[in-house]
Amino acid sequence: MNPPVRIFSTPTCPFCQRAKLFLKDRGVGFEEINVAADREKVAELMKVSGQRGVPVIVVGNDVVVGFDQAKLEALFPRAVDRPEPK
Amino acid sequence: MNAPHDLIIIGAGPAGITAAIYAARKKMDFLVVSPDVGGQTSWSGGIENYTGFQFITGPELAQKFDEHIRQFNIPLELGTSIDRLHRDDLLWIAEGGGKRRAARTAIVATGRTPRRLNVPGEDEFRNRGVAYCATCDGPLFAGVEVAVVGGGNSALDAALQLVRIARHVHLIQKLDRFTGDAVMLGKALGSPNLTAHTGTEVTAITGEKMVSGLVVRREGTEKTLPVEGVFIEIGSEAASRFVDGVKTDGFGEIEVDCRCRTNLPGLFAAGDVTSVPAKQIIVAAGEGAKAAISAFDYIATAPLK
Repeated sequence: MNPPVRIFSTPTCPFCQRAKLFLKDRGVGFEEINVAADREKVAELMKVSGQRGVPVIVVGNDVVVGFDQAKLEALFPRAVDRPEPK
Repeated sequence: MNAPHDLIIIGAGPAGITAAIYAARKKMDFLVVSPDVGGQTSWSGGIENYTGFQFITGPELAQKFDEHIRQFNIPLELGTSIDRLHRDDLLWIAEGGGKRRAARTAIVATGRTPRRLNVPGEDEFRNRGVAYCATCDGPLFAGVEVAVVGGGNSALDAALQLVRIARHVHLIQKLDRFTGDAVMLGKALGSPNLTAHTGTEVTAITGEKMVSGLVVRREGTEKTLPVEGVFIEIGSEAASRFVDGVKTDGFGEIEVDCRCRTNLPGLFAAGDVTSVPAKQIIVAAGEGAKAAISAFDYIATAPLK
């Protein structure tokens, strides 16, 4: 059982979209925190990640800043390798 | 170091990914090294000119590139930038992420990266107030004072987004005038919470843990603007500096012929890092295909020793 996943994002941020598409592709459920809608969430984002940028993906004790695909691949490896094309 | 590969592809935007698809189908022994999959495509809002898609967002197209490449069993080294690519004997050596990789051919598909200011504090405060994407990070600066550095359309666009979010926006331009579109400039200058600073140079970004000031100089006089955010919007540059000895035009774009060959043997380049006109996703993808075919032909015909 994976720990709960939270993503701090803004609605217009392309890398937040990428991160969400990645998580969906890996079948990972997540809670989205839209920091554009709530200034207090900006403070929480800065506290959790020590920086002021989105996206931030929080997985248990792991904090991934930005769409860091290498880190996300390590946290959520592909379950089944796709078949070889003909 | 292991036995040399046939090919190393550096970059995984439309050019690098398409090159990888072609190389995989030609059963080449190769690897792809890149910080991410998608490159600048991920930054695009709506794309309406990529054949087969009447409309797709940049992040969605980048995700499709990712799904396509993973149909093949390709060593994809993500999270890594190549710091130096150079020729040693008959091989190309790519160094970065603490590793050396050797291949008989290389395709440079590193695209363009945001141009940096190169002032003290820029690196230290990256993501701690220094940002390169107003669309992404702008909303994090609601109600505070920020600066936008630059005078072209991307700077004006960032400023127009930020005047709706921030308490006050300082627009800092080195030249004596702005170079962006008149309509956008008029809107920006007409915003009550924007101050335009022309003929003004940034000398440092300061703060403790996060940005709290921007030091600027105008006509020899320095002052510090009390900003929490600094959005750097001074254009982009071809990411070609890491390639030893490659011929570029005056703007750092790698010169290639119609087969994506550079001036160096076994070295090919594709996409926005080259001087090929039209910086378009579909053009980059097509160039990537050509580069892979050229690398394949080179391997087939070039002597091993």
